[in-house]
Amino acid sequence: MTAITFIHPDGRSDRVEASEGESAMLAATRHGLVGILAECGGNAMCATCHVYIDDGWLARLPPMADEEDALLDGTACDRLPGSRLSCQIKITLELDGLVLRLPERQV
Amino acid sequence: MSALGSSSTTSAVPHLDIDPFAIEFFADPFPTHEVLREAGPVVYLDKWNVYGVARYVEVHAVLNDPMTFCSSRGVGLSDFKKEKPWRPPSLILEADPPAHTRTRAVLSRVLSPSVMKQVRDGFTAAAEARVDALLDKRSFDAIEDLAEAYPLSVFPDALGLKAEGREHLLPYASLVFNAFGPPNQLRQKAIERSAPHQAYIAEQCQRENLAPSGFGACIHARVDEGEITAAEAPLLVRSLLSAGLDTTVNGLGAAIYCLARFPDQWQLLRDNPTLARNAFEEAVRFESPIQTFFRTTTREVELGGALVGEGEKILMFLGAANRDPRRWDKPDSYDINRRTSGHVGFGSGIHMCVGQLVARLEGEVMLSALVRRVAKIEITGEPKRRFNNTLRGLDSLPVAITPA
Ligand code: HEM
Ligand code: FES
Repeated sequence: MTAITFIHPDGRSDRVEASEGESAMLAATRHGLVGILAECGGNAMCATCHVYIDDGWLARLPPMADEEDALLDGTACDRLPGSRLSCQIKITLELDGLVLRLPERQV
Repeated sequence: MSALGSSSTTSAVPHLDIDPFAIEFFADPFPTHEVLREAGPVVYLDKWNVYGVARYVEVHAVLNDPMTFCSSRGVGLSDFKKEKPWRPPSLILEADPPAHTRTRAVLSRVLSPSVMKQVRDGFTAAAEARVDALLDKRSFDAIEDLAEAYPLSVFPDALGLKAEGREHLLPYASLVFNAFGPPNQLRQKAIERSAPHQAYIAEQCQRENLAPSGFGACIHARVDEGEITAAEAPLLVRSLLSAGLDTTVNGLGAAIYCLARFPDQWQLLRDNPTLARNAFEEAVRFESPIQTFFRTTTREVELGGALVGEGEKILMFLGAANRDPRRWDKPDSYDINRRTSGHVGFGSGIHMCVGQLVARLEGEVMLSALVRRVAKIEITGEPKRRFNNTLRGLDSLPVAITPA
């Protein structure tokens, strides 16, 4: 199990246990986390699972594919250098302690 | 070889005497969906000689293994390897990777989240205007005057279609979705009468007939980038004309029917209009406007403990999976607060609806406009069902609304 932390726009945080191989989005929705919508169910189509990631963690994630890059141009909140889609982040043991910041809104 | 683990024992598949394309079935599919789900993870339907999956896990598994369960042999009953398709196959819906990957990338970009941001204001204004017009009437048919009228007022323009001939759009879509079914009366009649609709559609798909900056022109522009050929572009425009209108008509119809039938949910929406988008999504789960699609096996495969040979048609009951109690809490309740993520009303995997953002946009802005202006929706007459081999929806829904 890998622990990941979601920080809400108001500063509150939620820690969820993620299984290896599942996406950060799935870990969030399985725990009923408010703030990740995931309308397309993780098929990289909706951009409603947007998160912001600080530089340190960002550097440790595999680079994004072209589809993710294109989708991020359509997020409801501004795209920032740390923007990623949480359905495309696969959880591994090395990601224990990962911190993901949630945007104000997803649609 | 096996898709789901490599267990050695395979079980007998229950044979069922059910016709999921019969009018009596369409009138009330839910009890039969339960029979299909409870009979086993995989069933065999003798009437049409096809396998069927109605539980969420197996439907999801089939959707997400496109190399084993292919689309290029048709996503209807007809096997393109054995029968000539009634029209040239779709370059996206009826294609497998790698061919699918290329055409899919084009439509994904034409209908992307950033494009939705650009069309959003126009779609919103049209929804508000439609609701204002309905408030003047007070009593109307929620199918013709709302579920059809609204998409017809935004989608053909967004595509860039000419004003003339649009009366062919819904009949053409109805034909396409009937044609996925077996050779029953619905399909035969639709195809017999199809010539004028097909001629209209073929014409509108041509570059010179599409307004610049619409979705259609954006598809043709990809030819200049070398992503698709000039011969492919019209067929991709055809995909939007086939799948982009009647689906949202039935999606919106489902949402209005749900909110009119379940006043407690309408009240929840009135208390919190930001639930509009989820209220639409939940209606897509609850009614599943596209009820079924087929796949064809490319090899022998183990599915849900059963051994299925190569070249077999598998019917996926999306509507039954969306109400499978193994996956959903209180599946038969329409609950606008439900976490709908994961429903298969738009499919799943590589073919998952490429127009889902358009559908959600239309659903969200229409329900928002309604709930902000209307206090009450009442059903004032017997709703009539419309029968189609693939689409589920109403033919008419008489309602009366009270202003907020
Ligand atoms: C509520 C409305 C809608 C529903 C329920 C719906 C449902 C679906 C489903 C279930 C599929 C999967 C097909 C498969 O797996 O074989 C699909 C695919 C597709 N849809 Fe939709 N759809 C809707 C609206 C739209 C709209 C508005 C458009 C166009 C703007 C559209 C265009 C397409 C296309 C082109 C495909 C084929 C995608 C592929 O094969 O990669 N749909 N849709
Ligand atoms: S869940 Fe839709 S893009 Fe991530």
